[in-house]
Amino acid sequence: MDARRAAELAARNSYGRLVAYLAVRSRDVSAAEDALGDAFLAALKTWPSQGLPANPEAWLLVAARRRLIDTNRHARVKAATIPALEQIAEQVAQDLQAAPAMETPFPDERLKLLFLCAHPTIDPGIRTPLMLQTVLGFTATDIASAFLVAPATMGQRLVRAKAKIRDAGIPFELPAIAHLPERLEAVLEAIYAAYNRGWESISGADSPPAELTDEALWLARLCVQLLPQAAEARGLLALMLYCEARHAARRSPEGAYIPLAQQDTALWSMPMVQEAEATLNQASKLKQWGRFQLEAAIQSVHAQRAKGGTTDWAALVQIYSGLVQISPTLGAWVGRAAAIAEAHNPQRGLQALDDLPASPLKTYQPYWALRGHLLAQLQQFDSAKACYSQAIKLSTDAAVRAFLAHQSEEL
Amino acid sequence: MQYAIMVYEPEQEFAKRSDATHQEAYWGAYQAYSQALAEAGVASGGTALHPPHTSTTLWLEAGHRKVQDGPYADTKEQLGGMFIVDVPNLDVALDWAARCPAATTGRVEVRPLLPMDAG
Repeated sequence: MDARRAAELAARNSYGRLVAYLAVRSRDVSAAEDALGDAFLAALKTWPSQGLPANPEAWLLVAARRRLIDTNRHARVKAATIPALEQIAEQVAQDLQAAPAMETPFPDERLKLLFLCAHPTIDPGIRTPLMLQTVLGFTATDIASAFLVAPATMGQRLVRAKAKIRDAGIPFELPAIAHLPERLEAVLEAIYAAYNRGWESISGADSPPAELTDEALWLARLCVQLLPQAAEARGLLALMLYCEARHAARRSPEGAYIPLAQQDTALWSMPMVQEAEATLNQASKLKQWGRFQLEAAIQSVHAQRAKGGTTDWAALVQIYSGLVQISPTLGAWVGRAAAIAEAHNPQRGLQALDDLPASPLKTYQPYWALRGHLLAQLQQFDSAKACYSQAIKLSTDAAVRAFLAHQSEEL
Repeated sequence: MQYAIMVYEPEQEFAKRSDATHQEAYWGAYQAYSQALAEAGVASGGTALHPPHTSTTLWLEAGHRKVQDGPYADTKEQLGGMFIVDVPNLDVALDWAARCPAATTGRVEVRPLLPMDAG
């Protein structure tokens, strides 16, 4: 990560901490965002070029307080936020006088905010956008482009969700232990969704990909830090680290798509792979198996190719078979079929695909890409071409489309 | 905070109210629920409503009164009444809503009351 990006993430980090702190006290997310919004924009503008201030939170607070005092925004900012902002500004000022290097002068309430966004009464489709906006300070426009929604629509849905949080009396406290697992699951799902948005670079070749991957990793680290006993939080972090380690190998210098099996392992980030291994290890010691740990285990098997030069497909079939038991997603079923084809033969892989229910697969791109690949290996070129053409139609990424077209032409 | 726990019931549930074989069980369940709310100190009002066939919907069109027999929306489940509860937050209100007989026999909608003095 370059210095500009690091400064931007630091600004988002401090902003999220302050929004969470204020929102938990005022019980009003929009009001907290309003109070800090201008200061945050100023930080985004100046920190990447002028460097990080010694105490980022104090910088934001001073700027926010100044705005509140000397502009007529005061009237717009909800009354409940002002005493909370004043109180925290006062506290930070005192703490800084006592110990200028102190890092966290007030409690970190971001996890409460994350869990609030994952409350079962909030529409599942708006949970991830809500987290990205409240905890990371992304604008509705940024989020809308990553989620392929019109900015005005995204803006309205976010406003509506925050109004519901405020008016319906959704509690800001962390859920009771009994409800923690289901809520954590929603938080982790949302983080993974954010990660995939960035990773799939769905905005196509003409515009830069939505860069949500760093933020997703950062949110997962936050969950691990705040809930060290939650194995699945570590599982998700490990999974994303494995995928992220391959970042540089996924595209050729010309921007062409390179499938996992053909990637140059020398381009994989070994420190990241090692961190992923360590994280997955810690997770497995907690003895609560779950979907993300299994998916991380699959990536761990793939990562072994960097050391041994080969992939243990039989092990992958086993892990995928476990995964479809607890999380029967299309991706898991198709991944299992691919592993069966490699471990045994293309015919058996095809059979595994045929055993799946047809209707949801019609619009699932990886299904058609794998089917085309297997049929080509079985010399059924016409059927293979038809599958590739289906896969091309369903690909949102231009580089993937070009790769599939090339595969099809070679037949 | 005050919440309305709104009871939506299908036709066969409304029918049970006056049907000799089901009447006792029907009213008994709601009575037990009311009592539980009262004993927990969260009951804050509410009312039962006559079945939807007694309802009339009215609106003005260019100053002229239009009247229609029946409820406003023609849906499978209709409003049968509501309980008002006073509880700390939505989670607690939802826990109470889940205990309402209509959560099993129909649908329950939970909505916060809008305090008019705050406006």
